[in-house]
Amino acid sequence: MSATAPAVRRTVRRTPRRRRVTPVGAAATVSALVLAVLWLVPLAWAVLTSLKPEAETTAVPVRWLPLEPTFAAYRSILARGDLQQWLVNSVAVSTAVTVLTLVVCVLAAYGFAATAFPGRRALFALFLAGILVPPQVLIVPLFDQMTALGLVDTYWGVALPQVVAPVFVFVLTRFFEGIPRDYQEAARLDGAGHLRVLWSVVLPMSAPILAAVAIFTFVQAWNNFLWPFVATNDPALMTVPVGLGTVQGAYGIQYAQNMAAAVLGALPLIVVFLLFQRQVVRGVTDAGLK
Amino acid sequence: MTVPAAAATPPRPRPPAARPARRRASLAGLGFVLPFAVLFAVFLVWPMLAGLWASFTDRSLARPDAAFVGLANWRELAGDAAVWRSLWTTLLFTLISTPPLVAVALAMAVLTQRVAARLGWFLRFSFFAPFLLPVAVVTLIWTWMYQPGFGVVNGALQAVGLPEVAWLTDEDTVLAAIAVTTVWWTAGFNYLLYLAALQGIPGHVYEAAAIDGAGAWQRLTRVTLPLLRRTTALVVLLQLVASLKLFDQAYLMTAGSGGPNYAARPIIGYVFESGFTGLRIGYASAVSYLFFAVVVAVSVLQFRLFSRKEAE
Repeated sequence: MSATAPAVRRTVRRTPRRRRVTPVGAAATVSALVLAVLWLVPLAWAVLTSLKPEAETTAVPVRWLPLEPTFAAYRSILARGDLQQWLVNSVAVSTAVTVLTLVVCVLAAYGFAATAFPGRRALFALFLAGILVPPQVLIVPLFDQMTALGLVDTYWGVALPQVVAPVFVFVLTRFFEGIPRDYQEAARLDGAGHLRVLWSVVLPMSAPILAAVAIFTFVQAWNNFLWPFVATNDPALMTVPVGLGTVQGAYGIQYAQNMAAAVLGALPLIVVFLLFQRQVVRGVTDAGLK
Repeated sequence: MTVPAAAATPPRPRPPAARPARRRASLAGLGFVLPFAVLFAVFLVWPMLAGLWASFTDRSLARPDAAFVGLANWRELAGDAAVWRSLWTTLLFTLISTPPLVAVALAMAVLTQRVAARLGWFLRFSFFAPFLLPVAVVTLIWTWMYQPGFGVVNGALQAVGLPEVAWLTDEDTVLAAIAVTTVWWTAGFNYLLYLAALQGIPGHVYEAAAIDGAGAWQRLTRVTLPLLRRTTALVVLLQLVASLKLFDQAYLMTAGSGGPNYAARPIIGYVFESGFTGLRIGYASAVSYLFFAVVVAVSVLQFRLFSRKEAE
C-alpha cells in the first residue's frame, strides 16, 4: 500500500556506496550491534539454560554459562514424545491451511479480476468488509458451531476457519488486475478456458505474490494460538504453540526442560528463516504491506 | 490471530475497477468465487450472525436449549465492572505498547540502513527472528527471565544494586512486563515494513541533502522521517489493531489467571472466561461485540486520519 514499497522488492541488496568512517557512522554501527545483541539475549539465555543440568538453573547469583553442559533436558523432552507429535500436527495443519488458502483465494481473485458475473461488486465489497472482523470476535460462536458440526478435536476443525483470509483475495485480485489483459485475451482466442488461462498464463506471472501469500499464511498458521487452543482438547491433536502453552507449568519447575522445549519449538521456523531469509523477508513485507 | 501483523487492513479498499468492455458477463466467474464464498459464509458470516443472535439469548455450553432474553446480556454488560476493567486493560496495553513498537522498529530500520551492508544479514536475523517464534515459546522464555530469585532480569537488577521486582506477580508491573515481552516479540514485523520503505528512498535524495550541507541528524529528521510518514501511518494502524487483540501472551504469562487482581486480563481474556469457563455463550458473545465495536472504531478513526494526511 505504501508508495515506496513496490519499487523496493527487487533491490534487497543496496547498491554499495563508498563511505568514509565517520563518527556518526561509527556510532550507528555500535548502536546497531548493541541493539542486536540485546535482542538476542532472550534466545541466548534460553539456549544456555537448556544446556544446564536442572540443579544449575536456579543458582543465585545468575550464571550465564553452564558449568557442566548436558543434553539431558533435550533427552527428557524427546523421550516424552509429545513435542514430536505436536510438530507433526503443526506441519499438517499449517500445510493444509496454506494450500487451501492459496487455492480458494487464487480462484476467487481470478473470478473477480478476470470475469464478470451478477453481484460481483457486492460480493467483493462483502469480502472486503470481512477484513475488518478480528478472528477473536468469532471464537465463542465458532466453537459453538464447531461443536454442533462435530469438528472439535479434529484437524479440519483447527484448519478450516483459518482458511478464511479475505485480505488475500483483495491482494491477489489487485495483482491479477495488474497483469496486462492481452495475454489472457490471446489465450482465450486460442480456445483456452478460464482454468487454463489461470493455470498457464496468470499463475506463472504471479510467482512473487503467491510466494508472499504462502509464506505469510504458513507463518500465521504455524504460530496461531487462540483458535487451535479452543478447538483442541486432545493433546495428540495439538499444534506446537497450543501443546507448549498447555503444558507450560505442567512440567513443573523444570527450567532446563522448559527451555529445551522452547528451543525445539522455535527451531523449525528459525531454520527456514536462516535458509530462505530473503524470501521470508520479502514475503512478510509484501503480504503485510498490502 | 495473534501475530500482530496478521490483520493487514488495506487502508484504502476499493472495488475492482470495472472493465465491462473486456469482460463477458457469464456465470463462470461465480464458480471461481464459490469455494471461498462458501468458507466465508460458514466460518465468518455464520458465526458473526450466530454471535449477534446469541447475545440476545441465554445460550450456554452447559445445556442445549436457549431462551430469548432481549437486552438482558447487554444490560448486564453495561453494569459489569469486570467488562470495563478488562477493556481498560486492553486500551492501556495498546497505549503503552504501540509507541515503543513503532519507535524501536523505526530505530532498527534506520540503523540497519545506515551501517555497512555486510552487517545487514545479522541485524535482520536478530531483529526479526523473535517474530517467528510461537507465542508459547516466547512466554516460556520470558516467564523464566522474569522469575524472581534466579531469573536473568532480576539478576541484572541485583548486579547493579537495584532491588528485585516481582514482574508478573505485582499488579503494577505485570502489564508493563507483558508489553516489554511483546515489543521484543513483534517489533520485527514493523521493522521489516520500515526497512522496505527506507530501501525505496532513492540515494540521490540524501546526496542532494548532503550537498546542501545537511548533517546526519538533519538528513534523518528533515528527509527520512517525512518521507516515511505514510509508512508510519500504516504501521501505527496495524499496530493499534494488533495491540487491541492482546490475549495469548497475557493468558500464558499469567497461567490463565488474568494476573494479580486481574491486572493483566484483557477484554478478549474476559470473553474467553465468560465463554469457556463460565460457559455463557450468550453473554460472551455480547462482550465480543463490544470488542468488535472498539476495533472498528479505532480502524475508522485511523483510516480517516490516514486519508486526510494523504490528501494533503
